[in-house]
Amino acid sequence: MSSRETVLGRIRSALAADTTPPPPIPRDYIRVGDHPPGSPPVLELMIDRLVDYKAHVREITPDQLADAIDTALTDQRSVVLAPDLDPAIAAAAARSGRTLTTDGTPTVLTPAELDRIDAVVTTATVAIALSGTITLDGGPGQGRRAITLVPDFHLVVLHAEQIVHTVPEAIARLDPVRPLTMIAGPSATSDIELERVEGVHGPRTLSVLIVR
Amino acid sequence: MSTFLGIPRRHAAQEESPLRGALPFPKAARRELANDQLRRNLAHATSVIRSKRALVVDEMPDWEALRDAGAATKTQVMSNLPALLEQFEANVTARGGVVHWATDAQEANRIVTELVRAQGVDEVIKVKSMATQEIGLNEYLEDNGIAAVETDLAELIVQLGHDTPSHILVPAIHRNRTEVRDIFLAEMEDAPADLTDEPRRLAMAAREHLRRKFLASKVAISGTNFGIAETGTIGVVESEGNGRMCVTLPETLITVMGIEKILPTFTDLEVFLQLLPRSSTGERMNPYTSLWTGVTPGDGPQNFHLILLDNGRTNALADQVGRAALHCIRCSACLNVCPVYERTGGHAYGSVYPGPIGAVLTPQLTGMHGHHDVNSTLPYASSLCGACYDVCPVKIPIPDLLVELRGRAVDADRGRTIPGGWDAAMKAAAWIMSDPTRFAAAEKGLAAGRLVAGRDKKIKHLPFPGSAWTHTKDMPAPPKQTFRQWWKETHHE
Repeated sequence: MSSRETVLGRIRSALAADTTPPPPIPRDYIRVGDHPPGSPPVLELMIDRLVDYKAHVREITPDQLADAIDTALTDQRSVVLAPDLDPAIAAAAARSGRTLTTDGTPTVLTPAELDRIDAVVTTATVAIALSGTITLDGGPGQGRRAITLVPDFHLVVLHAEQIVHTVPEAIARLDPVRPLTMIAGPSATSDIELERVEGVHGPRTLSVLIVR
Repeated sequence: MSTFLGIPRRHAAQEESPLRGALPFPKAARRELANDQLRRNLAHATSVIRSKRALVVDEMPDWEALRDAGAATKTQVMSNLPALLEQFEANVTARGGVVHWATDAQEANRIVTELVRAQGVDEVIKVKSMATQEIGLNEYLEDNGIAAVETDLAELIVQLGHDTPSHILVPAIHRNRTEVRDIFLAEMEDAPADLTDEPRRLAMAAREHLRRKFLASKVAISGTNFGIAETGTIGVVESEGNGRMCVTLPETLITVMGIEKILPTFTDLEVFLQLLPRSSTGERMNPYTSLWTGVTPGDGPQNFHLILLDNGRTNALADQVGRAALHCIRCSACLNVCPVYERTGGHAYGSVYPGPIGAVLTPQLTGMHGHHDVNSTLPYASSLCGACYDVCPVKIPIPDLLVELRGRAVDADRGRTIPGGWDAAMKAAAWIMSDPTRFAAAEKGLAAGRLVAGRDKKIKHLPFPGSAWTHTKDMPAPPKQTFRQWWKETHHE
């Protein structure tokens, strides 16, 4: 008998004595928040959560975006981008003489090549105000998981309507089979005397621009 | 003060395993209690994490509703486990993953070793994982010439310190910053010579040390926090980014998953992604959560192997009372509130699963093989104060389960030919209390107890067999008069 059959057989006999089905799952927790996506209270909550875990955050209008990207990247000399990132964002990232590399065009970057790049600029899929979480799914402007992981600085451009109030609202917007990364960063550890240190292996700086 | 009543009497040395220590809990606890540094570190760490958790839980108006949903989901998972596992396997396979089944630790270790060898490497990077610790994977790989590098900072501290983890979530909770610096200087070949004990500098030294390995490794090994049956999705939650590195950069990813980690639907994540981080690290959300489904062409590992692990879980499942222990999502909230854990630390439990949940889960996974088994002592490693139940995000009734397991440990002892101290004491008490004259005589003897007690009216040392009690607890001095004497004095008729 294969191990698969052995384990499944053990489970079936373990459960054989059960005849009553378990009760249904009560779902009377909060699924939809009091405030609609992108509303001022949701943005305020999102900013509060981001600041709480020491991400840099700015709320801007669409016409301020290019300048804000350039400012956020002030100390960064080289930037990697997803091949399908909005050209306007790419142009803003290229200001001040920064070197741009596009992952996948012409070649997919190796981890070692990514390690030599200072920063990455991406969009996102959905964000959760209640927990300050930003989700990437490899969609337009987000690229492979590796490009948002290896560089030390991650700048995310969020649009107000992408920010929902609660976790269930965000889960409902996600496609489960895409590679998903949820970020409530920057990278942090509390392993030494429970003292929080920002930045271990992931990007040590997370910067977020919220476009209203 | 730790509390253990009715301690099993005889202990034989058991074979050491990640789920079974060398010493029974009372002896191991006594050893750990002698370490003042450990107690200081633990008291600090658990109080910090307790207050963080309380803050982020209190801000959730629907916390109890989330717990109810989490508990009910886990109950459903257990009763539908065969169908959910088959659905999960089919979805992982359909998305390009390869699913293996392992009945026990030995089989899981063998499968991992063969998969690593097939990639032609002798070093792998690892995400912190309880499942791989439970099966002793690192040691097995080492015996087979493969170095497994732990990439979680705390696991790295434990690994470099030739130590074992003492907490589910914060494995090096028993170490303070100075100890960590000393370990790094002694064991990390590329540690900076001027390393201080500042946590930030220590974390940066670990970053430098591991960076090269992340960028060059071909094979990574992980555990998992969730496996979604409906979609075949697997999730790992973490803070440092080492988990993302491992599940993203190497060509091959091998994930070991206990069969109880299944969730039925992707939607269920909306409950567990709220319960877990708040309960665990006291954060609203952990910094990084990675979710992947099989293989995504052009993104992440292109070979994905999933090992579904039994290793005693079906024993636990077959036990209708103990089954609830399998609901555990390894958040470690129960450790941080436990007065016994706070004083003894994790090593006293002898298992990779310490604290209240470990005291329940460990004997469920291994079975309790009578009073010779050190794991028969674990259900006594509790004051039954109930704090563990109050914080459990999936409402596992840990105190009830501990009482049930204690009953079984006692029952397993009933067949002994030589009566133990507990039985003898109970029989003697029954003989005395069944006769008023004998009882009155015994009461007179109580006065002697007042002589033994010190000025603080506490008896601290009794000769054997009373020493079995006074070794770990004080006994209050008997009152000046007995109830019957008091009654006689105050009721004259």
